[in-house]
Amino acid sequence: MLYREAGQFKSTYLADSAIFPLRQDRIAMAVLLAIAFIVVPLTATPYLFSAILIPTLILALAAIGLNILTGYAGQLSLGSAAFMAVGAFASFNFILRVPGIPILVAFVGGGLCAAAIGIVFGLPSLRIRGFYLAVATLAAQFFIIWFLTKVGWVTNYNSSGVITAQPIVVFGYRFDAPAPKYLLVLSIVALMALAAKNMTRGNLGRKWMAIRDMDVAAEVIGIPQMKTKLLAFAVSSFYCGVAGALFAYAYLGTVEPEAYNLDLSFRILFMVIIGGAGTILGSFLGSAFIVLTPIVLNVTVGWLDASGLHVPASAGSNLEVIVFGVLIIFFLIVEPLGIARLWSIGKEKLRLWPFPH
Amino acid sequence: MKLIQSLLLGVAAACAIGAAPAMSQQFIPILSYRIGPYAAGGSGYFGGAIDYFNLVNATGGINGVKLTWEECETEYNAARGVECYERLKKKNGGASTVEPLSTGIAYGLIDRVAQDKIPMTTFGYGLGASADGNVFRWVFPLGTTYWDQVAAMVAYLEQKEGGAAKLKGKKIAYLYHDSAYGKEPIGTLDALAAKDGFEALKIPITPPGTTQESVWLQVRQQKPDYVILWGFGVMNPVALKTAAKVGYPREKIIGVWWAGSEEDVIPAGSAAKGYVSAAFSAPGTSFPVMQDIKTKVYGAGNGNLEDKSRIGSIYHTRGVVYGILITEAIRNAQAKYGKGKLMTPEQVRWGLEHINLTDARIKELGATGMFPPVKTSCADHEGSGMVKFQVWDGSAFKPVTGFIAGDRALVRKLVEEAATKYAAEKKITPVDCSKEM
Repeated sequence: MLYREAGQFKSTYLADSAIFPLRQDRIAMAVLLAIAFIVVPLTATPYLFSAILIPTLILALAAIGLNILTGYAGQLSLGSAAFMAVGAFASFNFILRVPGIPILVAFVGGGLCAAAIGIVFGLPSLRIRGFYLAVATLAAQFFIIWFLTKVGWVTNYNSSGVITAQPIVVFGYRFDAPAPKYLLVLSIVALMALAAKNMTRGNLGRKWMAIRDMDVAAEVIGIPQMKTKLLAFAVSSFYCGVAGALFAYAYLGTVEPEAYNLDLSFRILFMVIIGGAGTILGSFLGSAFIVLTPIVLNVTVGWLDASGLHVPASAGSNLEVIVFGVLIIFFLIVEPLGIARLWSIGKEKLRLWPFPH
Repeated sequence: MKLIQSLLLGVAAACAIGAAPAMSQQFIPILSYRIGPYAAGGSGYFGGAIDYFNLVNATGGINGVKLTWEECETEYNAARGVECYERLKKKNGGASTVEPLSTGIAYGLIDRVAQDKIPMTTFGYGLGASADGNVFRWVFPLGTTYWDQVAAMVAYLEQKEGGAAKLKGKKIAYLYHDSAYGKEPIGTLDALAAKDGFEALKIPITPPGTTQESVWLQVRQQKPDYVILWGFGVMNPVALKTAAKVGYPREKIIGVWWAGSEEDVIPAGSAAKGYVSAAFSAPGTSFPVMQDIKTKVYGAGNGNLEDKSRIGSIYHTRGVVYGILITEAIRNAQAKYGKGKLMTPEQVRWGLEHINLTDARIKELGATGMFPPVKTSCADHEGSGMVKFQVWDGSAFKPVTGFIAGDRALVRKLVEEAATKYAAEKKITPVDCSKEM
């Protein structure tokens, strides 16, 4: 009833190919953005900003990066965290060694470095596929972390091998409180998500999907395999690189290479799988699921404990992992295509409601 | 998007419920890890700390002020640890101090604690440079940093050889976990090698270090006089077993404190016999304070460890010592700012800066021999730098030395250099400790 497109006619091609062809969707999106940009900064607590919203958004950006590569171009990768590390350490060096460089330019520079490294490690994708490619990208994960620990220059010869993020200053304004940091991260993520959405809807995205669905057939109809695959690696690594820089600058502050370990790569991959491969919305949903569920479970266990039901600390911690695992399996069984698919099924149902055929 | 919103609402609601006021008690957040690969350390250590806090409460609190705490599972993961810190820092009247027992989490908190004005302790680990209180106002690497520890190891070898001059021309292999943790002491080791005239042979072991044949082959070829083992987790028993295989005497291997718990040597079986490791607290249940914990805490059914045989283990006693130091800091703060009152984090910071645990005071606390005297100041946030060496005899660690320190003047110089560099990178203006009381 509410979600009905009757009466909305598309009279131009432009209207037909809009991101949100339905008026209801456009309104919902505008409301959501208004909430994210205006209501949340006015109402949220510092805890929400710096422990929940900022990491969720940053990891969503990394998940978009991996989604471009895995969900759209069909190339499995286990090196996302390493590309994040490249972005973070490259940004650190740009700011350190190029006097007066604006920090946003340094982030872009970090992203570009990650893209260059991504292209190098994407080269095996021209020969191998699937699990074999995943193993090749695993090499990127180990090599890059090894390199960052090994070469003193990248950490400015810090004896512990860690980098300390310089303060974020844009046009003389210093982003050090949680709310401004959140707004900065939100703006970057929103812009890059929009860019990703448009990329995947256009010529490039179609090429990626053609390669994903059958690369030989794609080549036959004139899609250059090398260029397209490497471009997917470059764009994906760029997104991961920027996310990595934000992870260091807007979230953790002082970072060791070990923070970008294989575990993080897997978490990003799970975000893509659970959120929905091949959707931008899925990256956000997956990130929220992976970041928030353990926290919610932890709080719930603590709350149960406080409300008189005695839960020993170790049992609580184990319970959290068990429930989280069961939830992942549950979601994958109920909807193998991810939470984003559940959302679109819900929308389909809403269109017919209350008179299904 | 609905999912995000409902989850956010859930979290917010849960926070609101959890934030019930308990204003009359001194709150200490516990960022523990009881699951995952490092659970043995986390559960023992935080179990020990909680046991001591329970003992303090059972014996009347600190001048009547009871301690209260809340646990949050970090899984030794930096992101989870930061979330836990953010969640707990404002609860129950505000966190007095925080101890993550994880280098990665500590890094993530360094900037935050300075902004929130909550002192953080990194008891026996963390950034070496943070011992300089002029730059790191809110970070306290109490006890010993890795830098002082490696210096103490060299001092132990000097003692063993019979004088610093005897180390000249000797070869010491440094086998390290190839990570920030393992690289941390290299600068200090090099400086000591230059001073004493020994050769430091640095051999990295790629984590997790489950195969070390090639490493120990190198050791056999180079024939070092001693091996310093800077390992972590599974790397330690494997190193000892492989050393036995290539026939390198274990008596000549000296491990860091992360390589000196029961969990590190028991898996190596008989290969670990004779192995020496560093420790900045002594294990055992014979100390009066441990006896008190047994009778007053476990006797009353409030003990934190589920496995009672772990009472008095290395990690457990280390946690108890942490509890003693924190309680002492709060007691100091009360002595200055008002006995029997609740202390703010700033006041606790002052207390941490004025810890003075002399032998006499340690005896009063019933912990003689459990840990070395600790005396902190505005400039020196470490306070001791002393380490004890212990040998594994096949069933227990037996002390071979008292608490000894290395060349602290040299380490201090390195600390100040590193802290100055850090201050320049972060554009921090150091405070002048000579002007502060």
